[in-house]
Amino acid sequence: MTEWKFTAKEFAQTPELFASGHRACAGCGPAVALRLIMKAARGPIIATNSTGCMEVVSTIYPYTSWNIPWIHTAFETAAANASGIETALKVLKKKGRIKNEHVDVVAFSGDGGTFDIGIQALSGAVERGHDFLYVLYDNEAYMNTGIQRSGGTPMGAWTTTSPAGKVIPGKLERKKPISDIMVAHEIPYVATANIAHWKDLVLKARKGMEVNGPAFLHVFAPCPRGWRSETAKSVEISRLAVETCVFPNWEAEDGEYKLSPQSKVIALKPERKKPVEGYLKTQGRFRHLFKPENKHVREAIQKEVDRRWQKLLKSCGIA
Amino acid sequence: MAKVEQKTVPLNGDTAVAFAVKQCDVDVVAAYPITPQTIIVEKFSEYVANGEVETEFVCVESEHSAMTCCLTAAATGARTFTATASAGLALMHEMLAVTSGCRAPVVMSVVNRALSAPINIHCDHSDSMAQRDLGWIQIYAENSQEAYDSIIQAFRIAENPEILLPIIVGLDGFVLSHTLENVKVLPTEAVREFVGIRGVPLVMNHRGEMVPFKLDPENPLTIGPLDLYDYYFEHKRQQEEAMRRALEVIKQVHDAYAEQSGRSYGNGLVEPYRLDDAEIATVCIGSTAGTVKTVVDELRDNGIKAGLLRMRAFRPLPVQDIIRCLSGKKAVAVMDRACSFGGNGGPLFHEIRHALYDVPNKPPLANYIYGLGGRDTSPYMIDGIYRDLQKIAETRQIKEGVQFIGLRE
Repeated sequence: MTEWKFTAKEFAQTPELFASGHRACAGCGPAVALRLIMKAARGPIIATNSTGCMEVVSTIYPYTSWNIPWIHTAFETAAANASGIETALKVLKKKGRIKNEHVDVVAFSGDGGTFDIGIQALSGAVERGHDFLYVLYDNEAYMNTGIQRSGGTPMGAWTTTSPAGKVIPGKLERKKPISDIMVAHEIPYVATANIAHWKDLVLKARKGMEVNGPAFLHVFAPCPRGWRSETAKSVEISRLAVETCVFPNWEAEDGEYKLSPQSKVIALKPERKKPVEGYLKTQGRFRHLFKPENKHVREAIQKEVDRRWQKLLKSCGIA
Repeated sequence: MAKVEQKTVPLNGDTAVAFAVKQCDVDVVAAYPITPQTIIVEKFSEYVANGEVETEFVCVESEHSAMTCCLTAAATGARTFTATASAGLALMHEMLAVTSGCRAPVVMSVVNRALSAPINIHCDHSDSMAQRDLGWIQIYAENSQEAYDSIIQAFRIAENPEILLPIIVGLDGFVLSHTLENVKVLPTEAVREFVGIRGVPLVMNHRGEMVPFKLDPENPLTIGPLDLYDYYFEHKRQQEEAMRRALEVIKQVHDAYAEQSGRSYGNGLVEPYRLDDAEIATVCIGSTAGTVKTVVDELRDNGIKAGLLRMRAFRPLPVQDIIRCLSGKKAVAVMDRACSFGGNGGPLFHEIRHALYDVPNKPPLANYIYGLGGRDTSPYMIDGIYRDLQKIAETRQIKEGVQFIGLRE
């Protein structure tokens, strides 16, 4: 879809619209995602953020990391924010009160603001067909408030509200298939991406901006604080998520599912699919699963990952 | 005398509001239907469908998103409007504070309706009274004519660069919203001239440059940042200062509008009725004032010096006007169409009593809670209040400070 081509050098030279100096933690996956996505901007752009880590670390008054117009209103409002901005731009352009030929609108929200509290506003906004890119940066829990479970937290994970206790081994429920839910809205573009595969990520972000109508980009973004993982390993963990099919990379243009290269390789050569245990071992949030009595949870996770992978292959017309 | 010729058209409160919004050249309307506000969104949808307005209507999935859309559209430089009632306003609560905090001049009509539970679709003021402390200007109309006039004034007040505060224009559910009235309307050109095109003041951005206060790709601005103990307090103080300035601006806009239309409502903040020489008086908000005025006329015919103070502005509270109008009265009754449970009286009572506390010749004050959930408030009941006031004036004693009237006890 996108005709945008670039070398790594050219990409490095694109403007930093999300500037350094913000206060994200070392190894923060979402901060990497935001920087890359903003570097994919094709022209004038307005961004909005729901309440969460990225809003908090980037805008401590009177400082800001945003070299573009940016607004935050509340937790559950990223998509409604974008709706209002996009609508205002449309009518003000029609009335000749703004000069820009086109302004892209990007909404950023974490998993709490998307899977849970903001899903109503998101569903409404895409149903109305507003032209904007919604970016879900998914670190799989409410990290800003201190690692509480969300609808995006995977099965088996420890969080402060799904603690690994004597009788309950972390979160019992599955991760909500949010991107499939977005495809079911029949919007023009839905994709998953990963900070380990940066070129794939920025191309998908650019596509999401270019498409007419709503686009949804689900970015896997580790949080070392919340995952109890090493700060230097966020990219490595992200790569493992693809290799184990815990978080495959795919896109759906007009509802047509297609695996992205990193996941297609695994589909074509199933022997490359790594067991999920290697992924779980990289993160302290899964540590309790390696107690003998929790073996069944590890097995259940593997089974669930396999089931979802098969379902995805079917959606892509491969299985 | 009116400067411009006006047409008289039959409108109910809701259609009067919708028509005013149509005339104000609003850029974005985002709204969600709720009884008794529905006629506003229905009527406005018709204007859009028939190409009668250059407005983008966003038919959102909730009131929460209605307010959010208006807020960010206003932050992008658009003139915005929404309407709601009761539960819808309660759902917006969070975003009302964010909207005023972002200094987004959204205009909203609240078609006043009781809060659940039990669910009730009829009029009282419990919905908007519960939003008192969120930084919104609150103006209440007595009739549909005033609802029309107030909406037009509201844009000019809210968007004034010295104010930049959102406004609620309250009108009583069903009593006004669904009742036909002859409403005089200004020609659209006159309204357009009165409200003008929305301007945006300059503010200092993070680089120390003065830039338009809006989301503008040419002049990046961060709006709604994290603002902790080092600056939040100052920003809240600025909202309070704007609210104080609004006392003057509401009057100015009211007067300028009166010059055009020939219609005025007291000084724009309060409307005293036969109050100057009155010995006893009531204070109320909204459509009930119409009934009270009839009772006052009858009492006057019988030689009783009765009067009324209708509060048009509730926020900002016109303290000086309250003092000026009520000091020295022999007895005053405050009528509340909302209850502050456990609060020793209704919300208006608290405000009026507080405004008069430091006045040496303050009158004895009684409080009457009336009309909750649309309970009819008859002239007979209001007459009873004035009878009580006569007794209080004679004895200087209040037997019962807070009374509920017109209900089974």
